[in-house]
Amino acid sequence: MKGLSAPSEQLKIVIVGHVDHGKSTFVGRLFNDTGSLPDGKLDQLKKIAETRGVPFEWANLMDGLQAERDQNITIDTAQIWFSTKKRQYVIIDAPGHKEFLKNMVTGAANAEAALLLIDANEGIQENSRRHGYLLNLLGIRQIAVLVNKMDLVNYSQERFDEIEKEYREFLTTVGVTPKVFIPISAYHGQNIATKSDKMPWWNGSTVVDILDQFEVTDRPLNQPLRFPIQDVYRFDERRILAGRVEAGSIKVGDKLLFAPSNKVSTVKTIERWSAPQSDSAQAGESIGITLTEQIFVERGAVAALETAPPYELTKFKARLFWLGRAPFKKGRPYKLKLGTQEVECHIDDIEKIIDASTLETIHREGKELAIGRHEVAELTLRTKRPVAFDAHSEIIPTGRFVIVDGFDVSGGGIIAADNYPRRTSDSLHKSGNIFWSDGKVTPQQRAVRNGHSGYVVWLTGLSGSGKSTISVDLERELFNLGKHTYILDGDNIRHGLNKDLGFSPEDRKENIRRIGEVAKLVADAGAICITAFISPYREDRELVRQLVPAGQFIEVFVNAPLEVCEQRDPKGLYSKARAGEIKEFTGISAPYEAPEKAELEVRTDELTVQECVAKIVEYLDLRDSDSQVSI
Amino acid sequence: MDYLSKLENQSIYIMREAFNKFENLAMLWSIGKDSTVLLWLARKAFLGHVPFPLVHVDTSYKIPSMIEYRDKLVKDWNLQLVVGQNKEVLDEGRTYPNGKATRVECCGMLKKDGLKAVLDKHNYTGVIVGVRRDEDPTRAKERYFSPRDKNMEWNVADQPPELWDQFKTDYEKGTHIRIHPLLHWTELNVWEYIERENITVSPLYYANEKGERYRSLGCYPCTFPVKSNASNVAEIIQELRTTKISERSGRAQDKESEDAFEKLRRDGYM
Ligand SMILES: Nc1nc2c(ncn2[C@@H]2O[C@H](COP(=O)(O)OP(=O)(O)OP(=O)(O)O)[C@@H](O)[C@H]2O)c(=O)[nH]1
Ligand SMILES: [Mg+2]
Repeated sequence: MKGLSAPSEQLKIVIVGHVDHGKSTFVGRLFNDTGSLPDGKLDQLKKIAETRGVPFEWANLMDGLQAERDQNITIDTAQIWFSTKKRQYVIIDAPGHKEFLKNMVTGAANAEAALLLIDANEGIQENSRRHGYLLNLLGIRQIAVLVNKMDLVNYSQERFDEIEKEYREFLTTVGVTPKVFIPISAYHGQNIATKSDKMPWWNGSTVVDILDQFEVTDRPLNQPLRFPIQDVYRFDERRILAGRVEAGSIKVGDKLLFAPSNKVSTVKTIERWSAPQSDSAQAGESIGITLTEQIFVERGAVAALETAPPYELTKFKARLFWLGRAPFKKGRPYKLKLGTQEVECHIDDIEKIIDASTLETIHREGKELAIGRHEVAELTLRTKRPVAFDAHSEIIPTGRFVIVDGFDVSGGGIIAADNYPRRTSDSLHKSGNIFWSDGKVTPQQRAVRNGHSGYVVWLTGLSGSGKSTISVDLERELFNLGKHTYILDGDNIRHGLNKDLGFSPEDRKENIRRIGEVAKLVADAGAICITAFISPYREDRELVRQLVPAGQFIEVFVNAPLEVCEQRDPKGLYSKARAGEIKEFTGISAPYEAPEKAELEVRTDELTVQECVAKIVEYLDLRDSDSQVSI
Repeated sequence: MDYLSKLENQSIYIMREAFNKFENLAMLWSIGKDSTVLLWLARKAFLGHVPFPLVHVDTSYKIPSMIEYRDKLVKDWNLQLVVGQNKEVLDEGRTYPNGKATRVECCGMLKKDGLKAVLDKHNYTGVIVGVRRDEDPTRAKERYFSPRDKNMEWNVADQPPELWDQFKTDYEKGTHIRIHPLLHWTELNVWEYIERENITVSPLYYANEKGERYRSLGCYPCTFPVKSNASNVAEIIQELRTTKISERSGRAQDKESEDAFEKLRRDGYM
């Protein structure tokens, strides 16, 4: 066998069907009949059966757990490999018992094709249908149906035809076109690798023939780019956005739009390690990129081309299956994971709950309204922040999601096509979800609700250093990220709260003290309060720092050399000060005490406003505080 | 995309998810070919860097040249190495074959308990392990992100669903998650990748003058070489394409009883 060439591709096939219909037996037999069992394996299995005084089962090859062999049932999905001349196969055996549906989903979600087994004697059962339905929902389009245990029905063509007719009808209603139906006997190796000698009436293929006819599903290359950011690395002094191209392709020079924040930058380099240099990457590749302009991007952002962005909304329609022990309830928050995005969500409306086996609609009202374990539903979900997504029918990886309940992935869904508006966000709409809770609302509860804790971002610096400009852009940026934020500036303070104060040293001190008190309250209410005052005295700023809980006062030194500020002189104040028209002008005729231990410094003479803002946002570390929403 | 690249990209994705989701992450490193490929994939994922420590649970029974090889790699690649050892058991000499322990008990004490001690000491919440589904029937049932409870036990009868590359990344305090980026690779795939990427692995994998080589590296009292003349990567690949002998056939501890190995894994063995 010297010189056996490498198989050029790999195909993943899942084996599904009702409990005891012979899935694991089929896999064992397939391995045996194609000569794929390791030496001694069969003898070993036979010996074990003999020692334990039980009949030999082909299924024991796959049923690797003692509990499975003891009960003759598959509990969890398993994978095993074999090769034909054409390619390598990954065979995924799935359990048929309803109790283990989550394991069946785990196995099937990974596959590109499926073999569905039906016991000829028992006929079509509950999970024959449920599995068929789920295969479709999981996106598996290549399906062959094996009518097994033909030996138990005397290899009757009539019985085979009857099952084919009935099950074909079912598949048609759920929108599946099976490739073929084949009569087999897994136990006796009929029509597996060689043509059956018991069914002369059968002129069709064997299972092995059919395997080679399935196609490997590569990601389509002609779709719009979707590059979800998985992480941001700062290696070798560079900011690298890491992720996998989920659809389309990306190349150096591409102008990217990052949803849902709507920021734009251009691809500077594509990063790989120990790989051939290339200026582009295609769907399926895990890469890194650097950008020409530094903008604040974090995990969850989805990069696309400006011409074909994803939807960015807080509401969408979906078809969902539920696996959780506890039902999926209206009025309760859950975590939604879509690609690398994670966001709190809740059910907006349930259109329909379906029994995936009978296809009947389940009627439930009022308090009962929830999606139970193993049920399927058509519903509308609402998220707390805008999510970047596509319809599943258009782009698969960004068109599906899972729901996490507590610590557990408990359901999965695909996003239905609809006439969603493009690039407008209804994130401003009231969320409409109300939580009840007893007693005083704690800062932690506020932080969980808001997805971040309160902060005072205290910008200090000379007149003209850029405080106001930065504050305005920072507020917009945080707002777009879905954060609660508010600016205190000269206008809303001097003309109102501090109307009675002048510019004497005492009044200046009192001015800052009051601003500090207000900022503290705003932060306590859970918002990110941005202040933009010269606040030249260290002592005054320290006073405010003491007011605010530790870690929530962020002093930002907005720094530009006096000459630069004087040159900018946006309000003509410096020239007036130089001319002596303004007395006690900071930097000219009054001191500015630069911070000694500010949390951050931004050099506005070296960085752009956007870069300054990005630096501050990054410092704030606004990753969602634990989405374990406990109420 | 060719299938080796598909396997590679999937592993990189998993490794990056782990790095993002676990503050206290470490990678188990047994010096074997799988660990070495895993390390290579980590450098692919993190663009030449390995941003977490490597944990080696040292049983003291490794073939000496393996330790030499380990220390050389640590130096060459500038790695952070944490070595764990179950000193108590070794000092008391309770190990196989001289102590009273059976092979499986010995594995349990030196590797599983040794591992638990390291995890407890460093509070790792995420542990990357290079096991593959094709190694044995219980590993065939594994998840990419596989939870272990407070006692490190694996609840194999109730594993989390795993679909569409959404993994179990939420877990209770005191528990940890094993992350298996190589789960979907076969032994053959690993060698094909070693060839493609030109990765250096321990010389013990190549046939010696006696016509023997190791397919799997473990402790010397329990690991035996197989008959083979494959003395380079290409020859190993050829051998694996035709062989019908399973990879762990040289691992004696797997064969003590029908479910001995399963029990060991349920208790927290890798
Ligand atoms: N007579 C006959 N019995 C079969 C055939 N195929 C499987 N069986 C028997 O059916 C029983 C169940 O087979 P399994 O392979 O364990 O069924 P399964 O579909 O894997 O079951 P789960 O995984 O638990 O859902 C075993 O006792 C098999 O020996 C067949 O073609 N003919
Ligand atoms: Mg089974």
